Amino acid sequence: MVTTFLRKFLNYFKESKKKYGVQWWILVIGIVIVFFVTLTALFPGVFAPYGPNYMESGDQFAPPSFQNIFGVDNLGRDVYSRVVYGSKTILGVAFVAALISSLIGIPLGLISGFVGGVFDRVLSLIMDSIFSFPGLILAIALAAMLGPGIVNITGAVAVIYIPQYYRQVRGQTLSIKEEVFIEAGRAIGASKLRLLRKYIFPNVLATVVVIFSLNIADAIMTEAALSYLGLGLPAGIPDWGRDIAMGKKYLASGYWWVITFPGLAIVSLTLGFTMVGESLSELLNPKLRDK
Amino acid sequence: MKRILKYFTIRLLLTIPMIFILLTLIFFVLRVMPADPVKSMLGAHAPERVIEQKRKELGLDKPILAQYVDYLKQLARFDLGKSMIMEQKVITPIKDKLPATLELIIFGLIIALVLGVFLGAYGANNRGTGKDTTIRLYGLIVFCIPAYWMGLMLQLIFGIWFDWLPIAGRTSSRVLVAEFNNTGFYLIDTLIAGNIPAFLDVLAHLVLPALTLALILSGIFVRLTRANMLDVLNNDYILAARARGISEKKVVYKHALKNTMVPILTMLGMQFALLIANAVLTESTFSWPGMANLLVKRIHLRDYPTVQAIIILIAVMVSLSSLIVDLVYAWIDPRVEY
Amino acid sequence: MEKTNIIEIKNLSVDYPIYVGNVHAVSDVSLNIKKGEVVGLVGESGCGKSTLGLSLLKMVRAPGVISSGEIIYSGRDILKIPKKDLLKLRGNNISMIFQNPLNSLNPLYKVSDQFVETIKTHKTDVSKKEALKMSEEMFEKLGIEKSRLYEYPHQMSGGMRQRIMIGIALIMNPDLIIADEPTTSLDVIVEAQFVDFLRNLKDEFDVSIIVITHNLGLVAELADRIAVMYGGKIIEKGNIKKIYHDPMHEYTRGLIDCIPNVKADQKKLITMPGAPPDLINPPKGCRFSPRCSKAKDICFEKLPELKKYDGHETACWLYE
Repeated sequence: MVTTFLRKFLNYFKESKKKYGVQWWILVIGIVIVFFVTLTALFPGVFAPYGPNYMESGDQFAPPSFQNIFGVDNLGRDVYSRVVYGSKTILGVAFVAALISSLIGIPLGLISGFVGGVFDRVLSLIMDSIFSFPGLILAIALAAMLGPGIVNITGAVAVIYIPQYYRQVRGQTLSIKEEVFIEAGRAIGASKLRLLRKYIFPNVLATVVVIFSLNIADAIMTEAALSYLGLGLPAGIPDWGRDIAMGKKYLASGYWWVITFPGLAIVSLTLGFTMVGESLSELLNPKLRDK
Repeated sequence: MKRILKYFTIRLLLTIPMIFILLTLIFFVLRVMPADPVKSMLGAHAPERVIEQKRKELGLDKPILAQYVDYLKQLARFDLGKSMIMEQKVITPIKDKLPATLELIIFGLIIALVLGVFLGAYGANNRGTGKDTTIRLYGLIVFCIPAYWMGLMLQLIFGIWFDWLPIAGRTSSRVLVAEFNNTGFYLIDTLIAGNIPAFLDVLAHLVLPALTLALILSGIFVRLTRANMLDVLNNDYILAARARGISEKKVVYKHALKNTMVPILTMLGMQFALLIANAVLTESTFSWPGMANLLVKRIHLRDYPTVQAIIILIAVMVSLSSLIVDLVYAWIDPRVEY
Repeated sequence: MEKTNIIEIKNLSVDYPIYVGNVHAVSDVSLNIKKGEVVGLVGESGCGKSTLGLSLLKMVRAPGVISSGEIIYSGRDILKIPKKDLLKLRGNNISMIFQNPLNSLNPLYKVSDQFVETIKTHKTDVSKKEALKMSEEMFEKLGIEKSRLYEYPHQMSGGMRQRIMIGIALIMNPDLIIADEPTTSLDVIVEAQFVDFLRNLKDEFDVSIIVITHNLGLVAELADRIAVMYGGKIIEKGNIKKIYHDPMHEYTRGLIDCIPNVKADQKKLITMPGAPPDLINPPKGCRFSPRCSKAKDICFEKLPELKKYDGHETACWLYE
C-alpha cells in the first residue's frame, strides 16, 4: 500500500512538474532549503564541528580551510559553527514572531470583517497606518524602547506584520459575507453555515499559509537588521546580523569571510521561505479562481 | 483639472488621521518603556534631586496624557521641540541631514526603476527563454539580500579589492563642502558652483550606496513590470497594432510600456516606505550623514523629541509620496474618474 | 470580366505544438480571393478559421507555426518576404479588424493619435496635419462626427469603435480586409447597421473582404462566395446562393438546417450530434465522418479532396 501511494505521489510530482514548470522547481528548492535549515536549527550540535563561542577553533582570522570551512573570526571562533548555531536563533525568533502575528491578525481580521461598522473603520485605519509605514523603522523604535531580550525583539518583529494578516483575512471575510447573504436569501440555515466553514476555511487557509511563509522571510530580514543596528538580541546569543556588524570593521583588512558567510546564510534562508510562499501563491491561485 | 483638485483634497484629508495615528503610537511607545531617559542622560548614580530637577525641566514629571496634549499643542505651532540630549533644536540636525537622505533615495530609486523596468520588459518580451528565467530569478533573489550585506559586499569588491570607488561619506576629506553647500543636494550644488572635481567626487561617493538601494528595490520593479507587461502584451490592441504594420519595437516600448507603467506607478508610492527602511541600513553601512542614520543614533541615545520628529517626518514623506503618485496616475490614465 | 485574384492561399498548414502534442489547426488549405469580392469563411469554434485569417498577415500567435504552404500576394509569397516588407504590408495593403472593439484600441491614446500613427508608419512623408485631415475625412465616410476623433476609445460605444476599426483598416486603401468575427460582440441592431455600413464601404473603396465568422446570417448578407471550414480543412466552397440553396457537404447542410426558421412551424432546434474532431490526432479519413449520417466505409479510410461540381467545390466521397 505504501509503495502504491509513493508511486502515485511521484507520478503526480512528475506531471505537475511538466504542467507548472518553473514554479514547481522553485517550490521544491524552497522546501528543501527550509527543511535543511530547520534541521540545523533543531540539531545544531550535529552539524557544527565547534561550539559557537569556542575560541580555540583555529588561528585568529584564518581564512576558509578544511579545518574551518567558513574561516575563523577575530576571537578565534569558527564562522561555520556560528552560522549553524545562529540558524537556531534567527529561525526561532522569526517563526515565533510570525506565529504571534498570525494569532493576533487573523482573529482581528475575521471580527472586523464580520462585525463591520465603526469598529471596523477605526481598526482598518489603524492597521493601514501601520501597514503603509516602513516596518523596519517601527520595529527599530519598538526594539529600542523595549530593550534587548529575546521576548522584546520577537514582539517588535511580530507587531509590524499583524496588518498583513488582518487585511487579507478581513478582505476575504467581507467578500464571503456577501455570498452568505445571497445564500441566506434561500433560507436554509445551519447546514449552510457548516458548508461555509468548509468553504471559507480552505480558501483562507491557503492564503494564510502563503502569508505565513512570506512573513517568516520578512521577519528573518527584520531580526537580522535589528541586530546589525545594535538593537537586537543580547551579546551571548549567536546571531547572524550582529556577527555582520561586528565583523565589518575587519573588512578593510581583507578578512571578508567573517561577514560574507553569515550574509549568505541570511540570503539563503530568506530566499527559501520566499520561494515557498511565492510559488505556493502562484500554484494555489488559479485553483482558487476555478473554485 | 477640477476633478484632480477635488481628489487631491480628499486624499490630503485622509492622510492626516493616518499621520496622527502614527504620531500617537510612537509617542506612547517611546514613553512606556523600562529605560529611563533622564537616568541614561545623567548617569544612574546621579543624586535624586538632580534627576527630579531634570525631569521637571524636560516636562517628564507630568502624567503621560498631559505630556501628549502638550506635544500636540507644540506640533500645532509647527514646533518640533528641542533635543533632549543635545543643546539644540530638533530641527537643526534634521534640516542638515535630510537632503543627504533624499539625494540618496532619489538617485537609488531612479536607478532601480530604470533597471527594473528594462529588465522586466525584456523578460516579458522573451517569455519562457533562459534569459527570462534568469531575470525572474534575479527578481526573486535580490529582494532577499539584506541591504547592509549588499552594501558591504559592494564595498568589498569595488572599494577594497578593486579600489575604484569610495566606501564612506558623501565627500572626500579633500573636498571643502562649505564652498558649494547651498541646498544640501550636493549634486546640484556642485554644478551650480561650477565645481566639477567636487561634482565628480560627490558622484563617486553616491554610486555604491545608491547602487545598494537600487539593486534591492529593482527586484520588485522587475517582477511588477514583467507581470504587467505579460498581461498587456496579451491584449487585443497590441495584436491590432501589430496588424497595422507597427514595428515590434514600437509596439512593445511605446504601446505596451505606457499601459504597463500605469499600475507600476501606483506601486511606487508603496515602495517609498521600503526605500526609507533600506536607507536606514544603507546609511549606517556607508557612514552616510543622512536622516536615517541620525534616527538610529538618536534612538540609542534615547533622544525622544528628535526620534519623534524624524518618525513624523517619515510618515509625512510616505503619505506625500503616495499622494503624488496617485495624482500622476490620475493625470496619465484618461479613464480614471472621481 | 473575370476579376483577378488578389490573394492566393496555396496548401497552407498551421500547427500549434503544445505539451500534449501537435495541434493541426489548419491542414492543407487553398483559397483564392478576387478583387472586390467578399468571401465568407465559416465554421464552428476551433475549426481553424481565425488561425487562417491571422496567417494571412503572418501573425499566428506563438507557439503556432506556419508549417507549409504559400500565400501569394502581388506576385510574392507573404510567408517568405523579409520582416520589414511584411510590416509595410500590414495595415497598408492588407488590414485586419478583430472581434472585440472594446479592446482593439489602445485606451491610453486618443483615436486621432492611433490614426495618425498608422498613416505615418506607411506614408513617412505625410505631416501630422495632413494625416489628421485624412483621418477627419475618413470619419465623415464612417458617419461619425469629426470632433469625436479627438476623444479616447472608452468614451465611445461598441458600434462606433468597430466602425473606427474599419476606418483605420481602410485609411491606407488596402486591397484586402480580414474581418475576424466583426459583429460577434455587437448586439443585433448594431450588427444590422454594421452590415449596411460595410456594404457601402465595400462599394466605395472596391476592397476585398474576407469575413471570418460562425454567423451564417452575417455571411448571407455580405458575401459573394463562401468557404466552409471543418477540422482545419475547407470542405466546401463556392457561390453563396448556390451553397445556401443546395448545400452538398453534409456538414454544410447541417449548418444551414441549424438556423431556426422564424416563419416555419418548428418545434425543436435542430442540432448536429457529436463534437469537433481532435486536431492532434485527426481521423484518418474525412474529418466529419464520425458525425456524418451518410458516411460510407471509404469516408473513414481516405481523406476526400476538393473537387469542382457545377459552380461549387466540395470534398466529399458521396459525390465521387
